[in-house]
Amino acid sequence: MSWIVEPGFFSNGPVHVALIVGAVSAVVSAVVGVVVVVRGQAFAGHALTDVATTGGSASFYYGVAPVIGFLAAGVLGAGAMDLIGVQRLRGRDLATGIVLSVATGLAALFLYLDATRSATTGATQQILFGSIFTLDSSTIPLVAAMSAVTLGVIAVIYRPLLMSSLSAELAAARGIALRAVGLAFMLALAIAVGLSSIAIGSILSTALLIGPAATALRVTRRLRGAFVVAVALGVGATWLGVLLAYNSYYWFPSSQGLPVSFFIVALVFLAYLVSGSSTLRRLLRPRREVTV
Amino acid sequence: MSTPPVLDVEHLRVAFAGRTVLEDVSFRVQRGEFTGLIGSNGVGKTTLLRAVLGLQRIESGTILVDGAPLSQHHRSLGYVPQKIALDPDVPIRARDFVALGLDAHRYGFARRTKEQHELVERALADVDAERFANTRVGSLSGGEQQRILIAHALISQPSLLLLDEPLANLDPRSVQEVVSLLHRVASDHQVAVLLSAHEMNALLPVMDRIVYLTNGRAASGTTDEVVRSDVLSALYGHHVDVLTLHGRVFVVAEPGEGDQDIPEHPTLTVN
Repeated sequence: MSWIVEPGFFSNGPVHVALIVGAVSAVVSAVVGVVVVVRGQAFAGHALTDVATTGGSASFYYGVAPVIGFLAAGVLGAGAMDLIGVQRLRGRDLATGIVLSVATGLAALFLYLDATRSATTGATQQILFGSIFTLDSSTIPLVAAMSAVTLGVIAVIYRPLLMSSLSAELAAARGIALRAVGLAFMLALAIAVGLSSIAIGSILSTALLIGPAATALRVTRRLRGAFVVAVALGVGATWLGVLLAYNSYYWFPSSQGLPVSFFIVALVFLAYLVSGSSTLRRLLRPRREVTV
Repeated sequence: MSTPPVLDVEHLRVAFAGRTVLEDVSFRVQRGEFTGLIGSNGVGKTTLLRAVLGLQRIESGTILVDGAPLSQHHRSLGYVPQKIALDPDVPIRARDFVALGLDAHRYGFARRTKEQHELVERALADVDAERFANTRVGSLSGGEQQRILIAHALISQPSLLLLDEPLANLDPRSVQEVVSLLHRVASDHQVAVLLSAHEMNALLPVMDRIVYLTNGRAASGTTDEVVRSDVLSALYGHHVDVLTLHGRVFVVAEPGEGDQDIPEHPTLTVN
């Protein structure tokens, strides 16, 4: 058994926190990610991860919990994108690009200040690439509450959101408030990115947001199935990543473990590659029905 | 008390970017009528439909649907846009897309009832789409997607169905199929149709009324009342002839006469 799970894994407190926070953020990222891919807003999702970097680095500098920085910056960034015009198809990339560039500049400033003025060591590494084993159990209630809010928002706006994602014109003709629905979704997206930033770092949170969703959409026949598969993939990759990272402390004589984020991203990417296999897709998605 | 028209447009004026697109446009669509909104590309047909849907700001005039002032949330309207880009990689079945016509505007949790599922089945059958109902809607052909869009629009049982250029880019056989399909489902559902097109001949057998749009102004009535030399000459602002050949109508202008006002038009030959 020890070659699968090294001793102490199930009794380790930080591991418990990592498994809980990782799973919750993976669920939220997967659900929001499916909608992101359907709406074609992967660039906005990625930009918000850079915005989260700004919040994380600023929170370190000012001595605030990183989760607060990730979430606050994400929500502000989403609001800024909406103001500039992320809801309009023609203005979408422009709004995203402007917010992305400003956020990256601010992140560079705060990371520099963190490295040169702050006494905190490893801040840059922790912000960009995560450090899920260092999370305190007091983080769990906030993460759970924010996740519940995000999933609740998605559930409430789901049908208008889906209609507007498929065709903004048809949705508008049906009286759906495109701006309000789009803004609510952007805020949900910002929270999802903030949560996954805690798990695998702001830079790599795109992987949990887009990877499981893109893989699930490849292999499922119905959107409902895509949500289930994306959640399973996200949680599976996160838990397996935590396990492999824990085990990796025992792989080298120097007891130098490898980062959780590396394993999670690698597993997500592997799943995406496998889903591209024509054999797998044929098995999971029957061909189009033809009546002669 | 008489029933109000399903659509009553009075003295409508629409302008954007400093340019008047529609000027003093008035017409009515009665319950169950099939009305063709005819005009060449760029005369404002889509703008007029968007104004009826509440998606286009109007400068002046009134639009009443079922006798009530227009609001963006009017459920009496079904809409089939000219073009819709549906991603074939999104796993939405044609059946699911039609079902969204029932409840896409609703917020919150709600499972579809057995009656709603039956409505979806009936809508699919109405447009002969059962055989591809379980296929991803984005991977359907243009004609198949159009049937699904019509079913999506009809399932909420609107009193008026608006279609923006549904015959554009179709071969003659497909045009006939779509026109007869629309005529059949409109009669079955007792729904009025306002269909925009730049060519009127395919619609002549089914059209109860015509709204002829050019230079931002409109003439409406039966085809015989509107497609006449005197009416269209007044509308175009110069003399045009109306010829009938083998049951097809051609609107003809003299060479060089008012060329600047004559847009390219299959029924308006400038030679």
